[in-house]
Amino acid sequence: MSVGIHAFGAYIPKARLQREVMARAYSWFNPSLASLGQGERAIANWDEDALTMAVEAARNALTPQQYKQIDGLYLASTSLPFQDRQNAGIAAEAMHLGNDLHTMDITGSQRAGTSALLTALQIAVGNRRNTLVIGGEKRQTKASSPLQLTSGDGGAALLVGPGKGVAALVGYATLSVDFVDHYRGQNQPFDYVWEERWVRDEGFLKIVPNAVRQALSNAKVAAAKIDHFCFPSPAKRVAGMLAKTLGISDSAVRDNLQGRTGEAGSIHALLMLTHALEEATPGQLILIAGFGQGCDALLFQTTEQLVTQRPMKDIKQLLSAGCPNENYHRYLAINDLVTIEQGLRAEVDKQTGLTTLYRNREMLLGLIGGRCETCDTLQYPKSNLCVNPDCGALNTQTDHSFSNMPCKVNSYTADRLTYSPDPPAYYGMVQFDQGGRAMLDFTDIFSDSELSVGQAMRLMFRVKDYDVARGFRRYFWKAVPIDNAFDNNGKP
Amino acid sequence: MAKGIKDKVAILGMGCSKFGERWNDNAEDLMVESFSEALKDAGIEKDQIEAAWFSTAIEEQHVGKSGIPLAMALRLPYIPVTRVENFCASGSEAFRGAVYAVASGAADIALALGVEKLKDTGYGGLPQRSRGGLNDMYWSNMSAPGSFAQLASAYQEKHRVSKQDLKQAMAHISVKSHDNGAKNPKAHLRKPITEEQVLNAPMIAEPLGLFDCCGVSDGSACAIVTTPDIAAALGKKDLITVKALQLAVSNGTEVQHNSWDGSYFMTTRAASKRAYQEAGIEKPRAAIDLLEVHDCFSVTELVTMEDLYISPEGEAINDVRDGFYDSDGKVPCQIDGGLKCFGHPIGASGLRMLYEIYLQMQGRAGDRQRAHDPVLGLTHNLGGFPHQNVCSVVIVGQQGA
Repeated sequence: MSVGIHAFGAYIPKARLQREVMARAYSWFNPSLASLGQGERAIANWDEDALTMAVEAARNALTPQQYKQIDGLYLASTSLPFQDRQNAGIAAEAMHLGNDLHTMDITGSQRAGTSALLTALQIAVGNRRNTLVIGGEKRQTKASSPLQLTSGDGGAALLVGPGKGVAALVGYATLSVDFVDHYRGQNQPFDYVWEERWVRDEGFLKIVPNAVRQALSNAKVAAAKIDHFCFPSPAKRVAGMLAKTLGISDSAVRDNLQGRTGEAGSIHALLMLTHALEEATPGQLILIAGFGQGCDALLFQTTEQLVTQRPMKDIKQLLSAGCPNENYHRYLAINDLVTIEQGLRAEVDKQTGLTTLYRNREMLLGLIGGRCETCDTLQYPKSNLCVNPDCGALNTQTDHSFSNMPCKVNSYTADRLTYSPDPPAYYGMVQFDQGGRAMLDFTDIFSDSELSVGQAMRLMFRVKDYDVARGFRRYFWKAVPIDNAFDNNGKP
Repeated sequence: MAKGIKDKVAILGMGCSKFGERWNDNAEDLMVESFSEALKDAGIEKDQIEAAWFSTAIEEQHVGKSGIPLAMALRLPYIPVTRVENFCASGSEAFRGAVYAVASGAADIALALGVEKLKDTGYGGLPQRSRGGLNDMYWSNMSAPGSFAQLASAYQEKHRVSKQDLKQAMAHISVKSHDNGAKNPKAHLRKPITEEQVLNAPMIAEPLGLFDCCGVSDGSACAIVTTPDIAAALGKKDLITVKALQLAVSNGTEVQHNSWDGSYFMTTRAASKRAYQEAGIEKPRAAIDLLEVHDCFSVTELVTMEDLYISPEGEAINDVRDGFYDSDGKVPCQIDGGLKCFGHPIGASGLRMLYEIYLQMQGRAGDRQRAHDPVLGLTHNLGGFPHQNVCSVVIVGQQGA
């Protein structure tokens, strides 16, 4: 019985920090950083994390019909916002997937992404269920560390289920080896990294070939037949060396996007897979490998469906939508890597009433408002009495989801008084084309001139507030100028 | 419609503390300062006051909740004291309570006193605080200037006004208020400024610069009210009576329904219409002699001139530039310096506005005095945000006017 990938999409945050600036800032301390000082890496905005980027990737990947087919949601990452509060559950609320859902976080290793994908495929084989696999990564890295230069923030999403879909699983293998190239212990913010030559020679070049050969053998496919080989390591030439060892054509080795986005940790293999799916033609073989205390190797064959099932915005478009950024100090500040004076206004208590949050979770996380059954007026939030001055009916409102609705700016400002981790704070009245409005925060605004009354916007799921004292964070929806995020082309 | 409040209640006495950064005074000191002046002005004894209304908005920064702080500060003899809070309209709300008590016959003489002690936060601007548990989870990260600033983008769009023209009219408003404040010994900010300074000031919230924003001050103001008969019996002449007391409160239409375009105040239009009707005024532009409006930001004052039906819609910019609202203009607005320069101790502001009109009508406004004593004056407060607010409109005037 065939199983495969039915939808795919990625997310790359808009700002691209120039590595040359990063390398130069710490060349006094570590001159060898200069060898990594080329290209750019994607950096999440202050209000993005692994969870929000994963949700955005899913929204990019799915058609409205596909939302209704989802039986499970797995969220992969090693940089999840909560250690004990299921992160996948927050994503499910954001996408309003309902409660009849198997949700799970998959974490703890750099192959969390491929392991989540493999598990979802196995569920599809065994239980005939559709699972949405999403992942995001925003690694905390030390200033002057090579990891800070080679990493990149991003998200990926794949809908997996029975049937061949756009790419059918034709073979796989998985190996567990406690090879500790790096680790991050309990309550440690940063990775501890061992010598890269050892990691390459004893890790990548010995463990990965074993898993790949097993997968190819299971699929009865010769290595030379592989059209796309996705290996996510940022280490130079490693993918090429693996290809040579395995007998995979050198031309099949895919760009690891190191020059454009950086390595998105445990989900980079999935990001490269979505990229490969975008560029593949029907009937091609795609091999991906995820490395981390062992290796997952998965082999897919694309189908004709690839022609019609596309993400709203492909990686090529996401890459070209990037905004080059040279403000390394801003990166350090919004990632808590430098202590900056935030001012007394930052001290306002951000405690969240968990009872309040639970009671209003659909309104807050799912952006569910109301539609009056009497007069059809859309309104946010939903309320007992209709807001339409000509109606005012009692208890007539049914749930209405606003998150994918087209909207426009009605009024706006750029506020330098209110506290924001990245001032000025942009916000304004946003009006939905089909009715309803809300005073919302704006995000991903990189210059004043982008805003005007009537400007088309779309909504994105973002961090609203960090409660640093308690380690909590609030999520809500913010408006982004449509030209600068992914344009939804009329699709939700 | 009900007959309304017109001429049922007279102002017996008023007081106002010096506004400003009163680093060395507690709220209680400010309350005693304004009350002592009012009591002397009224010419009565404290125990003749039968009920009091006490307004503060951000009480957690100073006196705390309830009417107790007023009763304790003034050592009131176990009379009813009601604490009111209705954002920046709190002072007018206290006045409304006291006036209604007298009009109903429940009290012969009543006190309305407002106070705010805002300069104990450690930073400039209004205190940053919670807007309520659920609101904090979805309201935008807005400040007062940021919410009012949006009037500008919506007004420009609606009336096809250039950013420069609007900004310049806003600058004229601030320069005018600084000129007026300079003549007021009780004002917080007393330095004249130039249009150039306004236009080049640091940005607070686009397009509001530093000088487009009012002062945040400590201060107190109060009014003692009674019936015209009692006032006359106490020997008062040329009484100033209450003509209208109106309040309009947003019901969510602005923030949730697309019928509002963001360029004006639905509440002000509703409250002022009712106030003119209550006062029997048909042509406000001709009838009103003096305006004290809620100029928290220059752009607020500008659009308010239209919402009060003084300037025709879309034409406030012309009136402002023509000097219609200057201290020597047809209808001076903020002749005491306004929130902009007199200052804005929230709970006291509505009463401070009445204080100036009261002084002007009695010819007691010193360097600021109008050549001809005004007959009808209007005060206006806005509390909250343009998309969700409380608006009060009070009209007072010479008895019989």
